[in-house]
Amino acid sequence: MSLSSKQKATVKDFFSKMSTRSDDIGAEALSRLVAVYPQTKSYFSHWKDASPGSAPVRKHGITIMGGVYDAVGKIDDLKGGLLSLSELHAFMLRVDPVNFKLLAHCMLVCMSMIFPEEFTPQVHAAVDKFLAQLALALAEKYR
Amino acid sequence: MVEWTAAERRHVEAVWSKIDIDVCGPLALQRCLIVYPWTQRYFGSFGDLSTDAAIVGNPKVAAHGVVALTGLRTALDHMDEIKSTYAALSVLHSEKLHVDPDNFRLLCECLTIVVAGKMGKKLSPEMQAAWQKYLCAVVSALGRQYH
Repeated sequence: MSLSSKQKATVKDFFSKMSTRSDDIGAEALSRLVAVYPQTKSYFSHWKDASPGSAPVRKHGITIMGGVYDAVGKIDDLKGGLLSLSELHAFMLRVDPVNFKLLAHCMLVCMSMIFPEEFTPQVHAAVDKFLAQLALALAEKYR
Repeated sequence: MVEWTAAERRHVEAVWSKIDIDVCGPLALQRCLIVYPWTQRYFGSFGDLSTDAAIVGNPKVAAHGVVALTGLRTALDHMDEIKSTYAALSVLHSEKLHVDPDNFRLLCECLTIVVAGKMGKKLSPEMQAAWQKYLCAVVSALGRQYH
């Protein structure tokens, strides 16, 4: 399910519109991940507080969103562009790839919450596909 | 049986109180058919679904969105007996409609996104968690009679 050129343009356009709120969306998305899927807190046992809205969760959500924005710039070659991030996730972080889908869902919910008019079904479809491709690229080096 | 805390019950009721079924039902089903086009396979008799505009303008899709969301709301009055509440509907979806149960999950994802669009930040992380737990319970019950 690769992205058409129209969908790539849709993704770039929406992320550009979103950029003023990207920190908020990243922070909210990770908060919702740990709230809705508490098992994901297992990756953050080294934090004092991994509850929704906590400082480390918000900070890390912003970091992750930064990575997603970086990936938008590499949308024409996600596998190549995300090679080192994939190695990080595969060999160091070892996050089970099922969690990429869970976080993607939380990101879509936040995008819809904060940009209800702009997050049309067409934008939703394109961004959903992009996040799925991103997840695949991140999992590339796992085995 | 699914266990609900008092807070979770309140959260689920609060979300439902913000949902206009006649608006959100159609929006959720339209979004599902557009974002996951393979789900259109179940609606061959609904007429034109060939474009996004056709889906959005299709009155049968809108009507069915209301039916589906009304069905999802039924559990609110039976939160301690969700499995038995949906037993007959599960048989219907399996034996007569032949719907792949994964599609229930896809529709619920689209519904959550529609609800998030309507509620904005009023949908707190805790409310979202309870809401998704509710939808999971219904989806599980709907898939239970498949064999």
